[in-house]
Amino acid sequence: MSSTAIEIRDLHISFGSNHVLRGVNLDVPSGSSLVVIGGSGSGKSVLLKCILGILQPDSGTIHINGEEITGLYGRHLDNFRTRFGMLFQGSALFDSLPVWENVAFYPLHNQGMSRKKAHELSLRYLANVGLDADIAEFYPAELSGGMRKRVGLARAIATEPDIIFFDEPTTGLDPIMGDMIDQLIRKCIIEYGFTGLTITHDMASVRRISDEVALLYEGRIVWKGATDKLDHPDNPYVEQFVTGHTEGPIQVQF
Amino acid sequence: MIPILTPLGRTFLSFLQITGRLVIFTGRALSHCVRPPFYPRLIARQMIEIGYYSLPVVGLTAIFTGMVLALQSYTGFARFSAESAIPNVVVVSITRELGPVLAGLMVAGRIGAAIAAEIGTMRVTEQIDALKTLATNPFKYLIAPRLIAGMTMLPILVLIADIIGVFGGYLVSIYSLGFNPSSYINNTMDFLHAQDVISGLVKAAVFGMLVTLMGCYHGYHSRGGAQGVGRATTNAVVSASILILCANYIVTGLFFDR
Repeated sequence: MSSTAIEIRDLHISFGSNHVLRGVNLDVPSGSSLVVIGGSGSGKSVLLKCILGILQPDSGTIHINGEEITGLYGRHLDNFRTRFGMLFQGSALFDSLPVWENVAFYPLHNQGMSRKKAHELSLRYLANVGLDADIAEFYPAELSGGMRKRVGLARAIATEPDIIFFDEPTTGLDPIMGDMIDQLIRKCIIEYGFTGLTITHDMASVRRISDEVALLYEGRIVWKGATDKLDHPDNPYVEQFVTGHTEGPIQVQF
Repeated sequence: MIPILTPLGRTFLSFLQITGRLVIFTGRALSHCVRPPFYPRLIARQMIEIGYYSLPVVGLTAIFTGMVLALQSYTGFARFSAESAIPNVVVVSITRELGPVLAGLMVAGRIGAAIAAEIGTMRVTEQIDALKTLATNPFKYLIAPRLIAGMTMLPILVLIADIIGVFGGYLVSIYSLGFNPSSYINNTMDFLHAQDVISGLVKAAVFGMLVTLMGCYHGYHSRGGAQGVGRATTNAVVSASILILCANYIVTGLFFDR
């Protein structure tokens, strides 16, 4: 297996005249946690959707564990997606299914697991994210934001992925719940050996979950370095983003 | 000249784009209806939603339509002493046209809107993206079960609507217009041909496909939060209703063209 889990080269994508990604180059080493930071509208979510195959890039390549996935579709793409887990910003739980069916969705529908076994499996994954068996029969609408995030995380790890993606994992959560989600993410990376790619602009979360950080600005990665270098980055873009000043090379549109 | 042609050209290109997208969507949706894997549990749930829960509204529409039809026919035919033609008019109108069209329009309002709202909400809350990341094809999981349920349940609904509609006409004719029950039933059976019922059931299958397809199409392509979902719901009902009326003419032409 390649030591680079995700390798992105010269990735471009446009929506009409809006050139969102303008040549992204990024490597994510296996077993590490990389966080992509960047302002709103900088293309972080689009980058994630390109890797997941939800959006097709205009040009450039994406390799997962050494195999190219750009241009794949149908069953071939689905085969790759079995190696991915994804925690969405709004959790994206299926409203019509109870919590346990959300968690066990993949084994239930794609591995032909019996409902009884899938139920038992979902309880195990719910316990892994600190949730009681009592909520297994609840529907997503009956859960708090933090519980929804944890159920979303349980669903993501239930696929037993190689790579797990987190889209703004702490957005909309109180600081304590945010810290708990960060601890669970860290646990996924260290205990389960997943490779993690997170996009966020919560700097407290960045420091807790990342080994490396990359800054996306105007469709390009303008800086990448170890997390401990965030405070002395030797890069004016990162310095401005971390300090949150309005003056600097990053143009703020009012 | 150019200021007039530009919006015309843009509208025409937009029409072609939407038509192309709809044709591709329909092709993909229908192909997933016949290719495994199937989700029997989801198909059964949709059949109950589309068929069983639509029964009251379709039944009520049918019985009142049959009753009104008998009354209206009587006021017209009595002038020519042609009251004996009422059973014929009721049964042929209900089985050929009113049963399938009214059931189709009612289901378009009830089910087309519900499908568009549900799938549209799934789209804007990233649930459809979540399905993809779980290696599940949304066409197979969301759209094919609804299409299969729509195409199978609407003919059953229409068959029930036919019986209830004819019964409505019978009630009014017997208890209000003074017809003899046995001669009314005999007249009804004499005038009724298998082709009348079959054409209505074929129409119902086509309408079932159109209603569910429009709900799925507009929901799947909805954008822009709650407003987008609302727009998708309206578009689903309006387009399904118009397509039902167009398809009704085409299928009638195929069955009864001289």
